[in-house]
Order: sequence, then structure tokens, then C-alpha cells
Amino acid sequence: MAKKIKEQVQPFTWSYAPALESKDHIQLKQQYELFINGRFVKPNSGKYFDTINPSTEQVIAKVADANPKDVDSAMMAAKNAYDKTWSKISAKERGKYIFRIARIIQERAREFAVIESIDGGKPIRESRDIDIPLAANHFFYYAGWADKLQYAFPNQQIKPHGVAAQIIPWNFPLLMAAWKIAPALATGNTVVLKPAETTPLTAMKLAEVMQEADLPPGVVNIISGQKATGAAMVQHPIPNKIAFTGSTAVGKWIQNEIAGTDKKLSLELGGKGANIIFADAALDQAIEGIINGIFFNQGHVCCAGSRLFVQESVADIVVKKLKQRMETLIIGDPLDKQTDIGAINSKVQLDKINHYIKLGIKEEASMYQSSCALPSKGFFCKPTLFMHTSQSHRIVQEEIFGPVLAIQTFRTIEEVIEKANNIPYGLSAGVWTDKGSKIFNLTQKLKAGVVWANTFNKFDPASPFGGYKESGFGREGGVHGLAAYLQQF
Amino acid sequence: MLDLSNIPVIDQVGVEERIARLNSRSIKKESKLQGLHLALSMIDLTTLEGKDTAGKVRQMCYKAMHPADDIPGLPTVAAVCVYPNHVKTAKTALGNSGINVASVATAFPSGNSSLKVKLADTKLAIDNGADEIDMVISRGEFLSGNSKFVYDEIATIKEACGNARLKVIFETGELSTLDNIRLVSEIAMQAGADFIKTSTGKIQPAATMPVTLVMLHAIKDYHEKTGKMVGMKPAGGISTSKQALQYLVMLYETLGGAWMTNEWFRFGASSLANDILLQLHKEQSGVYYSGDYISKD
Repeated sequence: MAKKIKEQVQPFTWSYAPALESKDHIQLKQQYELFINGRFVKPNSGKYFDTINPSTEQVIAKVADANPKDVDSAMMAAKNAYDKTWSKISAKERGKYIFRIARIIQERAREFAVIESIDGGKPIRESRDIDIPLAANHFFYYAGWADKLQYAFPNQQIKPHGVAAQIIPWNFPLLMAAWKIAPALATGNTVVLKPAETTPLTAMKLAEVMQEADLPPGVVNIISGQKATGAAMVQHPIPNKIAFTGSTAVGKWIQNEIAGTDKKLSLELGGKGANIIFADAALDQAIEGIINGIFFNQGHVCCAGSRLFVQESVADIVVKKLKQRMETLIIGDPLDKQTDIGAINSKVQLDKINHYIKLGIKEEASMYQSSCALPSKGFFCKPTLFMHTSQSHRIVQEEIFGPVLAIQTFRTIEEVIEKANNIPYGLSAGVWTDKGSKIFNLTQKLKAGVVWANTFNKFDPASPFGGYKESGFGREGGVHGLAAYLQQF
Repeated sequence: MLDLSNIPVIDQVGVEERIARLNSRSIKKESKLQGLHLALSMIDLTTLEGKDTAGKVRQMCYKAMHPADDIPGLPTVAAVCVYPNHVKTAKTALGNSGINVASVATAFPSGNSSLKVKLADTKLAIDNGADEIDMVISRGEFLSGNSKFVYDEIATIKEACGNARLKVIFETGELSTLDNIRLVSEIAMQAGADFIKTSTGKIQPAATMPVTLVMLHAIKDYHEKTGKMVGMKPAGGISTSKQALQYLVMLYETLGGAWMTNEWFRFGASSLANDILLQLHKEQSGVYYSGDYISKD
């Protein structure tokens, strides 16, 4: 007879076997060139830089480093394409191209997801379920607008700007490219886009998609490079529009650079989102919201809920539950489907996060890190909490851009509104309460571009996204996102 | 004393998102084998039909003891679950196998009777040798807001159970909201339930993951507050290995390893065992057997 399992003395431990996403199906070249005027061309600079896998520290490929001359050819190509083709074809035809791009991304979603995880360190669960589908959805959404712009801006004359120079960050490489390119094309602009230096691969793959979609040469140009490349793009005389997502310091520099020109600008910069938990909230679900708010994409999210405000009467229980939940997070290989938290994007970023963790300890905030072991190779960081912080702590004031959460408690609504707004940023906030009137009260008073109620880090192409104050200006997504690429009369 | 202060509210959207995330865990290889063995050992093999016969119950008991003798190292199931009039048959058939006999009671499945009848029903099952009692709550009283009635009834039945462990069935498919499920969990645990259980299997929907997650959170909070462990039994609608593994992942990541035993978690199911056996056969041989190789007792 089979044996009966008796009560175990030791608690059962269940370590899930790794479920690695295969990477056999992806094709990566050893070296990537610049995508200018519909072709891949060697950089004038003759220089290349390495892009590495942050979870193994191994070089994946060499990527062209565009110099000012390369930037110039890309700008000329975009201008030429705008003047000769893109501004001449009908809006309906523009829409068809964008639909085609969307469909190809969808068809090649698995390949994009794997490359995104290899190049950027984000868990495959996120690149597969969030980044890539959302990127395709952005193209689908804006494709639909291409021939309906008059309905979005009734009783107004609208015209594209012309050439848009777009510089994107490393936290959501393909998704940010989609946020930038889709509305620009739908409104009739041509594009020169520079991906971030640590994550250029999916953008270069996107260039292949542009070829596959038969997009007229020069309508989208994608040039990899480093800081100097971005600077040359901003300083170049051709672009009529600059769109930048990245740090507030660079955003300020750009604004300074283009002062006195008639270049239009939209900026999506840093953030330090307040996630506010009221005592009457659905606590177990709020815990998920806190986790999702700060540990999504290793905390490399400009709208992360990195400042947690918990109402005094439930503070102890929330912190306890949060710690328990953190213990179940799996940190490791980004290509493992089990992984919740992948690799920090780069050594530079890991150093910055560790600097802030040391600072938090020095500032005498009490720290908690989950007990997980970190892989011996690669750039990894334990999920971290700092309790007993105050508005004066630098870990509360400054954007860390990593899996580090600063927790404060509050007693009254007035107090928490004041604290939440007492920051130079204004990108996102979250409110957790069972009471609808409280939600409306707070959404009106919180100075943040997005306020989520009983959820966090939710994105949709139809919903505008952008900041107040030092988090930038201009909106991406939705009808508002069209306005950033149009002149209105 | 029933204390219903500070019962947290439930956000259904959030619960469903959490479930979706839990279901994205991919259980393969050794961890799958480990999970399948555990799931098999947690089954309350059930037959609750008007047409049940002593013969059918005996066949089921043999199956409980010998799920598949061609696969070495298999555990037995945790218990067999029958109506009170079949308890004796089951008890005799199971002998000293260590497998428990659970009996439904208290005017199962509707619970629409007097306390007197419910007590007599329970007593019949206990006198026949039941190790566990699966009672149903009075849903009508609960939905009318009479928490005290439900509490008192459970407490009274618990007293009548003596040493037998009491599972309290909520019939969550009739309770309409997750907030109600959280509230009734609290009432049952305070009244002395050893296990809380979702469904009779007679009403659709039976067990669902959102309902089970809310009950697991209630158990967790109760344990934090009182130090007492309470068991969980989702019942009805769980028929595949994949579902069982998803429930186990949810259990493991919500209550932790201490609950990962048939002492504290059960599946109320009739066809789950065979699907698990099919999967275990496959793990052993590398190919799927035809269902005809699996006994259908």
C-alpha cells in the first residue's frame, strides 16, 4: 500500500525549478550599424561601443557610436523624407504603415521580449507581458489616429512640426521608442531616434521592422550613440521638435540649449511618486500595489511609487505584510520565467543605488532587505525598505531609480497631501482607500501627472502620461500625445 | 465572543491581478513532481451523490489507499469524504491505513434545517466513526446579516464534534461578494473551525482562486492575531494537475511552508487524483497514457 504522508516537522520548502525562456530563436549580429535613410550604414566615426548583458556582464554586441557627422546625415535624411515623401502621402497611407509596424512587432514579440531581457536585465515575465505588447499597442493606437486628426482637434488647423529628434532612456527601451515614434509618425513627422547606450538592441531590431514594413527611407532613422550623440542631436539646426525622456539634469540642459530657437520640446523626466495607503484600504491588495509600485522593473521606473505613506493606525501591519511578501520575490536570471526582479541595468546604476542605500543607513533610517541570495555574477540589488524616514532624508527627496522604498507614516489627510506634494517632482502618485470621495479629494490635490487609485503602474496607449514641475511637460499617450507633435492654429 | 471589528475590505480587481501573477509561475521538473505528490496527498476523495452505494464507497476507499500501484513511492490521499450513512462502510474499508473518513453533515448541502436535526446529523456521523466533519453554514441567516446565528451554530456543532476536526463549508458561490467571504471566514474561525472550506460542489461556481486567496489571507491574519493555525479546503471545480499546482503556489506564497501539508490544506475533488496520476505516469515514462490506463473508481 502507498504510504501516508504524516505531518512534517520541518516546514515544506518548494524551490521552483528554473523555467528558462529559450533564446535559440533570436538572431543577434556581432555588430550593429546606424539606421539612416532606410539602410544600415557604418558610422562616420568608425567607432563602436559594447552593449553588455547586465545579468552576466558579458558583451552581447558592438554598436555604432554616431558622431556629429552621423547625426547630420540622419537629420538630412529625415528632412529629405519629410519634404519629399512623408508630407506628401495621404494620412490613410501613413496609418497603414504604422499598422504594419504594429503587426510585425506583434508577430516578433517573443524575439523582442528575449532581447529586451538580455540587453536590459528586466525579467522576461515583464518584457513578455508588459513591454512588448504595450509597444505594439501604442503603434496600433496611433495608427488609428493618423487619418482622424481633425476629430481630435476640431475647429483647428493642424500641421506636423517636421523632423522630430527623440532621445529615449534605458528602462523601457522598445516601449519608449514606441511612445516616441508612433505619435510622431501618425501626425506626419519624420524621426531621428537615439536609444540609450546601455540598451540599443531592441531599437536596432525595430529598425529592421521599419525595413520589413517598407517604410519610405528616412522617415525613421535610428542612431545609437552616447552622450555626445544626444547633445549633437539637440544642437543640430534641423529638428523642429525635441522629445526627451530621461533625467531632470539632462532635461534642464536641453531646455537651456534650445532657448532662443523655435524648437518645440517635450520632456518626461524624473519622479519620486507618493504611494498613499489609508487605514480603510484593502490592505492585502495594497501590499501588491506597493510591491508593484517600487519593485516593477527593478524600480527603474520614473513613475515608481518610491515614497510610501502609510496611515499611522495600520503602519505596523502594512510593514509586516510587506516584509513577508518581499520574501516571496524571486531575484535572478532575467530569462527565467519565475524571476520577479531581474538585473540592475548597468554597473553605473548599481553603484548609484548602492550609494543611496549607504546614505540611507548613514541617515539612520532603519533598513530591511529581503533575505534572498543574489547571483554571484551580474548587477543585482536586494529589494530594500527604509523605515522611519522623514521629508528631510535625502533618500526621500532624491530619485534613486532602483528597488529602494522609503516609508513614512501620516495621521491626517492634510498632512499626507502636504508631504506628497513637498518634492520638486510631480509625475505619479497612488491612493489606496475604500472610499470614493477620498479618492476624488486627493486626485484633485496631488500635484502629479498620473494619480492611480487602488492600483499602480498601469499604462495604456489611450491614457496620457507626463509630469508636473521638474518631472517635465508635454504628454505622451492618448489624444494629448498627438498634440505634442502638432502645430495648432 | 464574536468580534467583527477591523475586518479588512477586499478589492476584487486587486485580488484577480494577484491571481494572474501567481498563475504566471511555471512549475516544471522536480518542483512539479514534488507538487504533484503533495497535491495527491492532500486530496479528500469525494463521493456525495444520492445514488452512492456501499460498493462504490468501498471501491473509492481502495483507490484512496492504492492510487496507482505501478508508480512507486506514491502517497495515499488524505481522506475520503462521504455522507454520514456511508461512514461505517468507509471506516471498515480503510482499516488502519491512516486515511481519515470525512463526513458531510448539518443537512448538507443546503443547511436548511433546525439546529436539532443538524446536531443529530453530526452525531450520526461521529457515532459511525467519522474523523472529520464537513458542515455547511446557514447561508440564509448569514446573508440576512445574522452573523451571531452563524457563529453560534458553528460553535455548537464544533462542540458536538469532540475530537473530530471540523471543516466549515461556506458555499461561496451563494455569498456573492469577496467582502462577504472575508467576513464569514472570520466568523467561522472565531467559532472554532479547524478548516474553512469553499463549497459543497453542488453549486456553481464552486472553488475559485480569488475566493481561496481571500480565505487564505483571512487565515493568515487570524494566525497573526491569535497564533492559531486554521486549515483551508477548496472544493469543487479543481480537476486538473495544473489547477492544483496553481493552488499550491498560491498557498505557498501566501501562508508559507507550514501550511504545505495535508494537516492544513485539502483539495475536495473527485477527478483530480486521476489527472495527477496521468501526469505522474507521464513524468515517469515521458509519454501520456491513455485515460484507459487509469482506474476510474
